[in-house]
Amino acid sequence: MTTVRKRYRVGALPWIGPAMAVIFLMVLYPAFEMVKTSFMSIDATGTSHGFTGLSNYRTLFRNPNLTAVLERTVIWTISIVVLTVLISLPVAQILHAKFPGRRFVRYALIVPWAASVVMTSTSWLWILNGYYGVLNRILLSLGLIQDQKQFLGSQTQSFTWLIIVAIFVSVPFTTYVVLAGLTTIGEDILEASTVDGASGWQRYKSIIFPLLRPALLIGMVINLINVFNSFPIIWVMTTGGPGYSTDTTTTLAYKISFRNADIAQSASMATINFGIILIFIVLFLKVSRWRDDS
Amino acid sequence: MTTLLKKKPRKKVTGRKVTLTISGWTIALIFLAPYIEMIVTSVKSKSEILSIPTTYLPQHWTWSNYITIWKQLPLAQYLRTSIVVSLSATILVLLLAIPAAYYVGRNKFKGRNAFLLLVLVTQMFSPTSLIIGIFREIIRFHLVNTWMALILVYAAFNMAFSIWILSSFFASIPVEIEEAAWIDGATRMQALRQIILPIALPGLVTAFIFTFISAWNEFVIALTIESSPAHQPLTVGLESLIGQYQVQWQYLFAGSLIAIVPVVILFAMIEKYLVSGLTAGSVK
Repeated sequence: MTTVRKRYRVGALPWIGPAMAVIFLMVLYPAFEMVKTSFMSIDATGTSHGFTGLSNYRTLFRNPNLTAVLERTVIWTISIVVLTVLISLPVAQILHAKFPGRRFVRYALIVPWAASVVMTSTSWLWILNGYYGVLNRILLSLGLIQDQKQFLGSQTQSFTWLIIVAIFVSVPFTTYVVLAGLTTIGEDILEASTVDGASGWQRYKSIIFPLLRPALLIGMVINLINVFNSFPIIWVMTTGGPGYSTDTTTTLAYKISFRNADIAQSASMATINFGIILIFIVLFLKVSRWRDDS
Repeated sequence: MTTLLKKKPRKKVTGRKVTLTISGWTIALIFLAPYIEMIVTSVKSKSEILSIPTTYLPQHWTWSNYITIWKQLPLAQYLRTSIVVSLSATILVLLLAIPAAYYVGRNKFKGRNAFLLLVLVTQMFSPTSLIIGIFREIIRFHLVNTWMALILVYAAFNMAFSIWILSSFFASIPVEIEEAAWIDGATRMQALRQIILPIALPGLVTAFIFTFISAWNEFVIALTIESSPAHQPLTVGLESLIGQYQVQWQYLFAGSLIAIVPVVILFAMIEKYLVSGLTAGSVK
């Protein structure tokens, strides 16, 4: 290492500078611009009328839909992240075991991960269609329903289906994270515990799960951020509607700026969202450091 | 699940295998379901799509949908935008991430930790959360309705991941290999190009595919800053069909499959590296 540094003592800047410039220009600058916008007065044409302090935030807090949207965002984020983990753990366990066609099943699980979420949501929208959707046909054939159902008809039903679709797109990534964790545990540890006579559930609870925890925690925080930021599923399937009844803070921010043309008020919503994400990131840094220590 | 782990007497091993196989294949079916439905719908005729109750399989397999779609939609245009933007963004990422990752993987320097923190933090940012700021910036730089806007945004938001994964690949290559090349008179750049990059090929492929797919599938930014169909990628172009008075589902899904199939194949190619790559930033 020392010889390297003696022979070629060029600064770091030529190597890392260009990458940093792009990150600064297109990631950090927009973040700054967004926060700044939230303190400015901007009319519908996009013309700025200077700083107005906290006025946009006050307008936002008077927004009659805000409380319901905030509550929904909490339910959205927590239910999806928790259910995704609860489903991914057994799915990964199955994919870790050997059975005929395992390779195909693993590839199948990759599809929702690789495919565009917009397009996956579109397919669900069609499957759930109240007149021509295949889910109606299946449930009718099975005798589970008597007549066609409007699955996206009411607010509660729509929101439930949005959550289901979001879980559907989150499980593949999470399963692969758990799968990677399982691979690192190693057969010898598992065999040693079998020799000790631990039962299946005991083994899972006291040996496998604790070893999976670091990978799982990281996967969970990544999911937390993705789910909180999630936009295409809601946008394609309900556009947050009817009204604002299936909006989260992410789609609400979008609607305020690009439908109601109030970019400054929207920036204050987005800045609050961004603050929440920063908290998640600190959490993420803690979690990954925790991993280093162990 | 507990039954899967329980050590059972030999006799029951086959029973366990059957349960496993059935569960495994059920999982596959569930996760493929929306795509199977896409395929089925894409080859139905217009009248069959609007029949109640719907048919499971097409009565007439209308494969011609895949030909007429090119006339019905500006699909070639969308496809061209998606390809140009995703490829350019990916190449830009690799051009800038390779030297950065190499330097970080090989050297200790002042500000290294700050740089790594910057990378780790920006890896967690998504364009969605910054859309207002990006939109304002794009307007200010007069980049609305240009490919350049998308290329720059996609490159910036994928830079961090590529730097992470590549630097861990570079760091794992013994420095002696490089030193041998230097002794033979190679410059640092030559050694990087001719010795290091070929060894780090799996990392390069992973970074390439990951960036490409993420750009290919991006939606929010393109939806916001590309209002002219000539600059819209597939995701936005196809989604715009949903708002129409009568949605032409068969074309919508034929187009979607044209977009989905190539990236699924690419993703399957890096299956092995998926998780190590994804957690590279956090676990390393």
